[in-house]
Amino acid sequence: MTGDPLFADGVDWGDIGIMGIKIGVAFAALLVATMFMIWFERKLISDMQHRIGPNVAGPWGLLQALADGIKFFFKEDLRPANADPLVFRLAPYISAVTAFVAFAIVPIGGVFTDPASPGAVGRGGTVTLFGKETILQVADPPVGILLLLAMSSVAVYGVMLAGWSSGSKYPLIGSVRASAQAISYEAALGMSVVAVVIAAGSLSTQSIVAQQVGGTWWGGSPDDWFLLTTGIVPFVVFLISATAELNRPPFDLVEAEQELVGGFHTEYSSIRFALFFLAEFMNVITMSAIMVTLFFGGPAGPIFFGLTWLWPTVWFLAKVLAFLFVFVWFRATLPRLRYDQLMSLGWKVLIPVMLFWLMFLGLRQLVVDQGWSTLQKVVVVLGLSAAGLALGWSLLAAALRAAKRNTAGEYFEGQDPEAVTPTADAPTGSVPADRALAGASPGEAGPEGES
Amino acid sequence: MSTATAAAIRRPADAVLRISEEAALEAAVVEDDTTAVTAEPGDGPMLINMGPQHPSTHGVLRIAMELQGETVLRSKPIIGYLHTGMEKTAEDLTFLQGPTNVTRMDYASPLFTELVFCLAVEDLLGTEIPPRATWIRMLMCELNRMSSHLLFLATNGMDLGAVGMMLYGWREREEILRFFESVTGLRMNHNYIRPGGVAADLPDGWQDDVEHILTVLPDRLEQFDTLMTGQPIWRDRTQGVGVITADEAIAMSATGPLLRSTGEAWDLRRTMPYLAYDEVDFDVVVGAYGDTFDRYSIRLNEIRESMRIVAQCLDKMPKGPYRTEDRKVTPPPRARIDESMEALIHHFKIFTEGFRVPPGETYVAVESPRGELGCYLVSDGGPKPQRVHIRAPSFVNLQSLPHLMYGGLLADAIAIISSVDPIMGEVDR
Repeated sequence: MTGDPLFADGVDWGDIGIMGIKIGVAFAALLVATMFMIWFERKLISDMQHRIGPNVAGPWGLLQALADGIKFFFKEDLRPANADPLVFRLAPYISAVTAFVAFAIVPIGGVFTDPASPGAVGRGGTVTLFGKETILQVADPPVGILLLLAMSSVAVYGVMLAGWSSGSKYPLIGSVRASAQAISYEAALGMSVVAVVIAAGSLSTQSIVAQQVGGTWWGGSPDDWFLLTTGIVPFVVFLISATAELNRPPFDLVEAEQELVGGFHTEYSSIRFALFFLAEFMNVITMSAIMVTLFFGGPAGPIFFGLTWLWPTVWFLAKVLAFLFVFVWFRATLPRLRYDQLMSLGWKVLIPVMLFWLMFLGLRQLVVDQGWSTLQKVVVVLGLSAAGLALGWSLLAAALRAAKRNTAGEYFEGQDPEAVTPTADAPTGSVPADRALAGASPGEAGPEGES
Repeated sequence: MSTATAAAIRRPADAVLRISEEAALEAAVVEDDTTAVTAEPGDGPMLINMGPQHPSTHGVLRIAMELQGETVLRSKPIIGYLHTGMEKTAEDLTFLQGPTNVTRMDYASPLFTELVFCLAVEDLLGTEIPPRATWIRMLMCELNRMSSHLLFLATNGMDLGAVGMMLYGWREREEILRFFESVTGLRMNHNYIRPGGVAADLPDGWQDDVEHILTVLPDRLEQFDTLMTGQPIWRDRTQGVGVITADEAIAMSATGPLLRSTGEAWDLRRTMPYLAYDEVDFDVVVGAYGDTFDRYSIRLNEIRESMRIVAQCLDKMPKGPYRTEDRKVTPPPRARIDESMEALIHHFKIFTEGFRVPPGETYVAVESPRGELGCYLVSDGGPKPQRVHIRAPSFVNLQSLPHLMYGGLLADAIAIISSVDPIMGEVDR
């Protein structure tokens, strides 16, 4: 069922026109949505923090993001002398473009149920546009959801190259964090997507949504959402990994203001900085939309009256908004993780848990596909799951035990631990003199040196 | 550079920071038994400059750090960016003008510097101050301790990424500052505590304002507990970070929450009572592990203890004059100046020449929110001090930073700076 029905009867100029409209609308809608997302986040977080928030530009400060954007255009575009000119200029575009492209695979509407015949699965997520059947997403390529993984991987280059090419130390640390974080969480993110793909039997987002549409008249019964049919665990892992992938709090180590000043974008100014900012918020929207698509039935939902094609889009927006709220909520509540804690969470918790869960889901799928008897089902699923659980548990325990070692362990390996960790019976509290950098006083040569 | 050995460069007297970065990196490659840097060329430690303009160095603290990856090795706090020569200025101001000057040192808890200066002056003068003045001072100082610790909670939360906490801390502090404004006329730098008493009596209805603070705050502190104390990420970020033992803390003259976090119950309010602290009931909060979490929870609970003291001040506040009746030290009431020639002369003398303090020297210490705040005062018998030295707890506590940060990660360093809670105005003076 993959592919746009628009092209089923060959491609004519009308089809191309419709595609052009869809691309234009998606682009504009995403930009406007980003603008309002910025407003939404700032306003919501102000409420949570007992502040007023933006309230000057436009009614309720709605145009604040637009005003900021215009301001950025008129700011001087600074480039540090040490920066790599080409890469420094390129990096923001990598971030922004990938954020746009990833959104192309999200179905933002389309009638998945047929109100005329309750119980039927409906029209397969299409709407009629200028007399032609089409789907409400820019593209539904056969690789489908893999495009998201590809784009989020490429987006890391934007962040990494930005930090590396700035020729400055704080951005460099930020970019090293970015690459490590993205690689670690990409794995967990990918595996939770695989869980959905196993359940749906397809990579196409269109088909993933269609699978979640129930037989009830109002469609999209939560019983059929992959949230429940894959057993919640993949969703939780996806939510955590997506937060890390988005560099949102509590995983915003890449741009941890208190540690790295601005992180990878410390040296950026003007519209290049705005592009990073834009890409970041756009990615939040895209990830929320993907989560809705994968686990919450996408645009599917009851259609009551009036415009049939409008209702799914309304449901879609409502679901996305719920996730945007969650992301803002995280930011207002949680302290930031430390770098090593982030890595432990990714490698020692999320990936093992997801590996086990994938095995369980795979076995279940195998049993369903083979059409085995109940006894066989129980033996295979429970037996193998138990074996897998035992194996996984022991691996996890080993990993967690390793996590309990001294966090600075690698560096201090082979050293006398007494010399590193202060102990209660240290002689008269003497402090090793080599722990203090001595010498320079204010005004003298700083650590920048003469380089 | 090529002739010097790595050990020579790393000797504290011959600092890494005085050579160029490349040279320092080269030096790091050489086998060195002190830090065991066995890295490959180009993989050595990086010198990074944190501050004086950095979001979380609490003003203008600058720290030169040596980073191995993200692990902090040696570091050096560099101070002086806020130096305004306040101790020297104090020598040109009369004893009555003194509090105006010293109150600007620790801008988060200004009343304590005023208090310690006035206690020192009164010690030299030998003046007895009336009980009401003592209790007012105690009330105001404990409220100030609460506001200072709330400020700590705010900045500490922010430094660890809980940005919401910053606003909540400021919001609660605002309640107290509003009370200060009604009493002293100013939100900070009050110049309220003066030699011989306080500048003005408490305003009418002050009990209601204090009651309001005491009713609002406990709930809010519970909320902080929910938001941070019980929060697993918060615990992971603070427990076991920046550990210091009691012996080490004493060896580095650390005081205040930094020392008490190690389990050493050293609180001047208890160990060397001043004002009327021996007449009120309160607990000295101590930690057990000497880590960042202990320093956080000590401050959080000290707010609760301060609230107990404030409640007792509310009950026991004596009646009577709010400053000494000795007209050689405190000015006469305004109305008396129109009636009495003597009062006019006293008023004129105090505000032109100032009162004379008998020759001598003294050291007085109080427990400020940051630790032992001392004032060493020398008088040559004139109306101005010959020498004023403030023993600033932030300044002394800063020297344990390199030890606390050694071996931690960059993010830990931020948590540690925050947990030491330095006020740069006090450090540089």
